[in-house]
Amino acid sequence: MEKKVFQRPKYLKDAVFHYCPGCGHSIIHRLLAEVLEELDIGDKAIGVPPAGCAVLAYNYFDVDMGEAAHGRGAAVATGIKRILPDRIVFTYQGDGDIAAIGTAETIHAANRGENVTVIFVNNGTYGMTGGQMAPTTLPGQNSTTTPGGRDPDRDGPPIDLSQMLAITKGSTYIERTAVNSYKNIKRTKKALTKAFKTQMAGLGFSLVEILSPCPTNWKMSSVDAAKWVDETMTKIFPLKVIKDETGKRIDN
Amino acid sequence: MAKKTKKGRITIDRELCKGCYLCAWVCPNHLIEVSDKLNQKGYYPAEFKETDEKEENHKCTGCAICATICPDIAIEVYRG
Repeated sequence: MEKKVFQRPKYLKDAVFHYCPGCGHSIIHRLLAEVLEELDIGDKAIGVPPAGCAVLAYNYFDVDMGEAAHGRGAAVATGIKRILPDRIVFTYQGDGDIAAIGTAETIHAANRGENVTVIFVNNGTYGMTGGQMAPTTLPGQNSTTTPGGRDPDRDGPPIDLSQMLAITKGSTYIERTAVNSYKNIKRTKKALTKAFKTQMAGLGFSLVEILSPCPTNWKMSSVDAAKWVDETMTKIFPLKVIKDETGKRIDN
Repeated sequence: MAKKTKKGRITIDRELCKGCYLCAWVCPNHLIEVSDKLNQKGYYPAEFKETDEKEENHKCTGCAICATICPDIAIEVYRG
């Protein structure tokens, strides 16, 4: 008897993603929907999409969504969670959203230990606006505003936001993963599950930073972009659990 | 006694596929190829090719690595 073992998750609508071929956003959307389904929290989840490539995330997720102004995902999520504490609130933000315009809101939400989950998609570029330099652009990486590569002396080194958030007292669980290979996708799913469990147990701020390929703006093929994440990006942004204070308070 | 192996099969939705070919890159048995016909969006979609006609020689195990890495959920996996 043949059995279907892989199909579209329940909390994703039957819509075609507008993302470019080989984009990591689509994979992260699917993982998120799978995690919501497995933890059975999709019906009480409220998502906050960013400004950026994922601005239309509410077209794809079959959960409640409330759009935030550019960068203010963590602030909007704070409000939603304080009014509706029994809901599961997550934000979905890109590097331009969370690490540039929304740095203040994010750091203070983490510092206050708001009980929300933040999904931080790091692709090292401003995807939606056409590939300008982001705070997370790697040294030497080409972008439309740093032709010839980012020069740390002129443009500053890439910012490690997850590490910054890890030193705040309120953050509980912070991990950096990637979606460029089967192994890393499985790890990302595990990290997302743990982040949501942290929130469900009421332990405080949880964040998963996900390194995501952007073949279009990196000007590479999808396969080369996936390899580039491993070969170059993880040297600056190593994949690891940055902070985990959940201890034995949640089951893994 | 011959070792019993799990058999599987996948379907690729031609219209959902955007031709990133990550699936072809990760397939351990190299069973996914590029189609020579365009889809409506203008991409050459990936195609599942199980070349041997005999069912017992089929190589796909239904491991779902291709479906896991597919960004557009174009792949569905069957096992059994």
